[in-house]
Amino acid sequence: MAKGKRSVPEINSSSTADIAFLLLIFFLITTSMDTDRGLARRLPPPPEKDQKQDDVIVKERNVLVVYLNFQDQLMCGKDYISIKQLRQRAKDFIANPYNDESLPEKYNKDIPFFGNVQVTEKHVISLQNDRNSTYQAYIDVQNELVAAYNELRDELAQEKWQKNYLDLDEEQQKAIRDIYPQKISEAEPKNYGGGKK
Amino acid sequence: MGKFNKTGKRGMPALNTSSLPDLIFTLLFFFMIVTTMREVTLKVEFKVPTGTELEKLEKKSLVTFIYVGKPTAEFRKKLGSESRIQLNDSYAEISQIQDYITQERSSMKEEDQPFMTVSLKIDKETKMGVVTDIKQALRQAYALKINYSAQPRQ
Repeated sequence: MAKGKRSVPEINSSSTADIAFLLLIFFLITTSMDTDRGLARRLPPPPEKDQKQDDVIVKERNVLVVYLNFQDQLMCGKDYISIKQLRQRAKDFIANPYNDESLPEKYNKDIPFFGNVQVTEKHVISLQNDRNSTYQAYIDVQNELVAAYNELRDELAQEKWQKNYLDLDEEQQKAIRDIYPQKISEAEPKNYGGGKK
Repeated sequence: MGKFNKTGKRGMPALNTSSLPDLIFTLLFFFMIVTTMREVTLKVEFKVPTGTELEKLEKKSLVTFIYVGKPTAEFRKKLGSESRIQLNDSYAEISQIQDYITQERSSMKEEDQPFMTVSLKIDKETKMGVVTDIKQALRQAYALKINYSAQPRQ
């Protein structure tokens, strides 16, 4: 029997760092830091079975038909355009800056911060595609349309508050959204191929 | 001026490393928390399209994934290289999407269910026909919030 206090031998902890490193490296490797990114969209609810066909009548000037064919060619309104032109076309269509007869009608609307403004409230961008067009082309089109909205919103936000749309607070964003509501309609598949009536 | 010169060898003082494990553990915990391990094995190959106006997909727990692409090499012999849909761990048909969504939704917390998002990870070469069918199926299943997964373009 040893006399007196026995000193507890110290555990050699110099390797804890190594163990921790090992674990760290494991998690480093398995981590997928790349946050998923994508184009967020909202689908329309499914049509009711007994829904009447004629309940939405949209005037022709309020619709911009964007049609993507099986060779990924793009038709906007009545002419063939390239994907680079689409953004400008969409912006002109949505904003209708010169009150053009052939572009969407404007309605007066009271909007906080802005007062009474004219809004192309009824405009719709109708996106139609062929079953054989590729997904990348479709995403390009969606991307350009969203870009058109984002640019218009940023322009307006810069003009009013000298900030980008995303830096505004919730209420200011809502006001801008009221002026430029995003209306991209993805047509029912029955319309494909035949174009619109 | 030898005032500052100390005579004799200067020993390098040992660096106290006793807090090193703590530092490493801190890092470890950080990565443990942000890690999301992929819970499905992919049976399809896909390269998502590129875009510029992308938004971040938030709240991973609310997201359901649908993968579309060519079968991976080991299955290609059996299935050909036609675009296939993958739900969870297996190949699926369009008709199964609705059940899958319902099932995924019921496994969520009730207050989260309205915020369910479906992320479509679709190969960029896929024909739109498949995508349209999936979209219709999602509409029928009332999974209306969708996200076309894409990569930022330089």
